[in-house]
Amino acid sequence: MPHIRAAGLLIAAVFFVSGSWVIVSGALGQARDAQRTAASRTEGLAAWERVYSVLTHPRCINCHTATNYPQQGDDRQRHFANVVRGPEGKGVPGLNCASCHQESNVDSTGVPGGHNWHLAPLSMKWQDLNDKPLSSAAVCRQVTDRSKNHNMDGPKLLKHHEEEALVLWAWQPGRRPDGTMRTLPPLSHEEFVAATSRWVEAGTPCPQGR
Amino acid sequence: MTTYQLNVNGERREVTVDPSTPLLWVLREDLKMTGTKYGCGVSACGACTVHVAGVATRSCMLPVSHVGERPIVTIEAMSKDPVGRAVQDAWVEKDVVQCGYCQSGQIMTAVALLKHTPRPTDTNIDESMGGNICRCATYVRIREAIKLAAQNIK
Repeated sequence: MPHIRAAGLLIAAVFFVSGSWVIVSGALGQARDAQRTAASRTEGLAAWERVYSVLTHPRCINCHTATNYPQQGDDRQRHFANVVRGPEGKGVPGLNCASCHQESNVDSTGVPGGHNWHLAPLSMKWQDLNDKPLSSAAVCRQVTDRSKNHNMDGPKLLKHHEEEALVLWAWQPGRRPDGTMRTLPPLSHEEFVAATSRWVEAGTPCPQGR
Repeated sequence: MTTYQLNVNGERREVTVDPSTPLLWVLREDLKMTGTKYGCGVSACGACTVHVAGVATRSCMLPVSHVGERPIVTIEAMSKDPVGRAVQDAWVEKDVVQCGYCQSGQIMTAVALLKHTPRPTDTNIDESMGGNICRCATYVRIREAIKLAAQNIK
């Protein structure tokens, strides 16, 4: 029965070829996924560095101190009048943030303002006790730690960067007392949101290291 | 010019002013309440302090258009306020005042402190009063008077 034997060989050959194809294509797919993941993580880390460049700009980091006081100015000096953090990050009775900082900037006097002006909590400090900004890896870990960031996941972090009034203020910081404009973060708000979005899509990866 | 209905020391007061006018000048120029003083005009000295919704606020840099419905309390109302009265009495007893120009702001801040912190420590006093500058340097007597007022508040 040579024709039966030939048919059997043919079937075996078909199974072998198709099986091999499944194995090969599966391996190729996994390799592509791994490549995509690696690319995504690389892109995410690059996007994070752009986000970090904004977070450590004086318009943002001046109120993310590790100390008992806010900072002011591009030289990040201690806030004048010995203003202190207070129990809720809003100053103390008699000298609250709202004693001077209103709902919007007052350009005639140079005092900045925005809704609910306050310091970020100490859990969101982005600098050390010597007022030196923390590393990119350290800030990233803080920002993504849901036990420290008001339980914000990636989408909520994106929304925070898109909509929070004091985040938006960084791009509308008004005039200094001498009438000149305050400096802006290194990215536009649109670029900042786009970078955050890419970082979130990549799974909020953080750089290695301290 | 815009017309505003302000709640000042419990009374409705109507003013017609430019929306950007600082509350300080509405009080002094339009309502003729000159107890609140102009010091620096940039929120750096505390002489213009009033209470807005209970918060000690620098009136020199609060545009009247931002006040809204929030009640304003000025130095003129302190003699009828139990804490305000105690602070003013303590100020007299300790003879705090020298030139006196900054003192209405000092008293308004001290009252805001004591309403939230009836038994303040030296640190509480230093932190709360740190934004009120006194060229005569009456700071030691201010601290003593705040402590005395705290003892005398029923």
